Amino acid sequence: MLDTLQNLYLGFTVALAPNVFLYAVVGCVIGTLVGVLPGVGPLAGISLLLPASFGMDATSAIVLLAGIYYGAMYGGSTTSILMRIPGEAASVMTCIDGYAMTRNGRAGPALAIAAVGSYIAGTVSVVALMLLAPPLANFALRFGPPEYCALLLLGLLALAYMSGGSIVKALAMAALGLLLGMIGIDPMTGFFRFAYGVVELGDGIGVVPVAVGLFGLSEILLTAGEEAPPEVKKPRLADLLPSRQEWRDSVWPIGRGTVLGFLIGIVPGSAHIISSFVSYAVERRVSKHPERFGHGAIEGVAGPESANNSATSGAFVPMLALGVPSGPIPAVMLAALMVHGVSPGPLLIQQQPKLFWGFIASMYVGNVVLLILNLPLVGVFVNILRVPYHFLYPAILIFCVLGVYAVNGSVVDVWIMIAMGALGYILRKLDFETAPIVLGVVLAPMLEMSFRQSLAMSSGNYTIFFSRPIAASMLAAGACLLLLSLLPLLRRGADWRGALGLAASDEKEGPHET
Amino acid sequence: MATKDRIAGAALALFALFVLEESRKLPLGSLREPGPSFVPVLLAALLLIFGTCIAASGGQSEGFRSLRWRELPHAVAILGACGFSAWALERLGYRITVLIVVFLLVKLVEKKSWLATTLVALALSFGSFYLFYTLLRVPLPLGPWGI
Repeated sequence: MLDTLQNLYLGFTVALAPNVFLYAVVGCVIGTLVGVLPGVGPLAGISLLLPASFGMDATSAIVLLAGIYYGAMYGGSTTSILMRIPGEAASVMTCIDGYAMTRNGRAGPALAIAAVGSYIAGTVSVVALMLLAPPLANFALRFGPPEYCALLLLGLLALAYMSGGSIVKALAMAALGLLLGMIGIDPMTGFFRFAYGVVELGDGIGVVPVAVGLFGLSEILLTAGEEAPPEVKKPRLADLLPSRQEWRDSVWPIGRGTVLGFLIGIVPGSAHIISSFVSYAVERRVSKHPERFGHGAIEGVAGPESANNSATSGAFVPMLALGVPSGPIPAVMLAALMVHGVSPGPLLIQQQPKLFWGFIASMYVGNVVLLILNLPLVGVFVNILRVPYHFLYPAILIFCVLGVYAVNGSVVDVWIMIAMGALGYILRKLDFETAPIVLGVVLAPMLEMSFRQSLAMSSGNYTIFFSRPIAASMLAAGACLLLLSLLPLLRRGADWRGALGLAASDEKEGPHET
Repeated sequence: MATKDRIAGAALALFALFVLEESRKLPLGSLREPGPSFVPVLLAALLLIFGTCIAASGGQSEGFRSLRWRELPHAVAILGACGFSAWALERLGYRITVLIVVFLLVKLVEKKSWLATTLVALALSFGSFYLFYTLLRVPLPLGPWGI
């Protein structure tokens, strides 16, 4: 422990050096801007600035890029809460209750709790990163294709089981999302699937056009034509801070989101996205009033926002400790380190103590900078709501088109967004939740790949899923959820979920249903 | 009676049947060695089951005719504007496309004054271009004469 504190002291001497500190601040500012602007996600932001970091020393470069990464995670919540546009997939769950809070005149508290939750989750997960990096990374290494397949299946079943409405509808939406995720080249055989000659569909359907279409565009379609434009209560200055009750309601969701996010973050894949979905599902499950979710429950903002920020730090564990990137963003950062001649891996801590501990300390510093930067800006962001809706929605629409186009520079993505917007509009009119579709699109390629790799490993023997302890445990948990969901059929209409506080009530997402 | 759930369930089941039909163009493989259409067929079969369940149990849900579609003309106009932007983005360039789309929405759909329309269209078109293209270096398409 004393060694850790000494190393941390060394880290702070590096992180608080004027030039490194300046890069941390610049990274946080750019990251917040990148997160606030829809479509320009952290990956695009980091990639754009990667060449600019080549002229710096390795520590400054990694501090700048990490600042952009978690700055974007902070900023991504703003458009989700104020306009129901997820800047990236990790912010999808924040849209549901964050935007409902905005409609109820509680945009300020939603933004403030998102900032504070992100700060706490970011800081606590850095402590965990510091203390637990090596053993946790070793555990994550035990995950092979069967374990991933089981984990992804469990995630889908858990989301459906914990969703507020009908479980069959949620499963149908997840299946629809998984089917959409099948479009593109089959990675195992190279066959084009459901592409109909559109070359751009070879890489599959992107998550951003699907999420922006289902959430942002469908919201505009539902509300822009209302006789009375959507009534958004303009917050007063005094309303910008959360009430005592809102603080109390947020404490445990932030704690749970932090732990969940960190644990999921160390598992390779789209961890920061999955963590926010799982956190939202858990909060709804443990809540004494699950019927509030979808109507502006602050727990639905605090949990997912904490989880996706915590997952950001978790993602650095395998990258720093093992040199294994857990997703595309750590992969770009790994490349940045390698350009500077630094090889992340088990020997990094011994060989480059200044870089490792300087990086850890800069994350503490960055989190403080982000909190200072974001809390005063809550009032500024909320003022967007004062713009009359007939001028605001064309601007949102333009940002949707621009953001979706900017990801790949492809018009096909804009067409996909339009199709998803129309689909989301119809589904929401028919009382279907659209979040499981997004999760399905995210998980489909990973799920199929891990399923088929597992069978390739076992020469087509399905017992591989049951003979490995981690995979078997997760599948058993999934089977339990499925059995529980079948109970109503056996009890002939007895609403067991009502007894568990999960009644298939009239709760739905979206303001038109509220 | 045609209820919301019955219509939705039937639509999902029909979509699943369409996927099953389309999957026949690809090799299915076997249980031990799944081919490219194995997982899509599996998922389509699940969707067919879920869709049928939703339709079968949807007799008690709200009637489809009771749905109000007052916002539909507006929604169609907005979707049309989006479709135009997708068609025009790489033909006319970002700034001209945005200018036209905002003009269509603010002047023709929302029926606001010429002055307000012009100011909003110019600010959005040139302002967002400056922010993204010039400052953030996001590659956006240029139209004729480099506009």
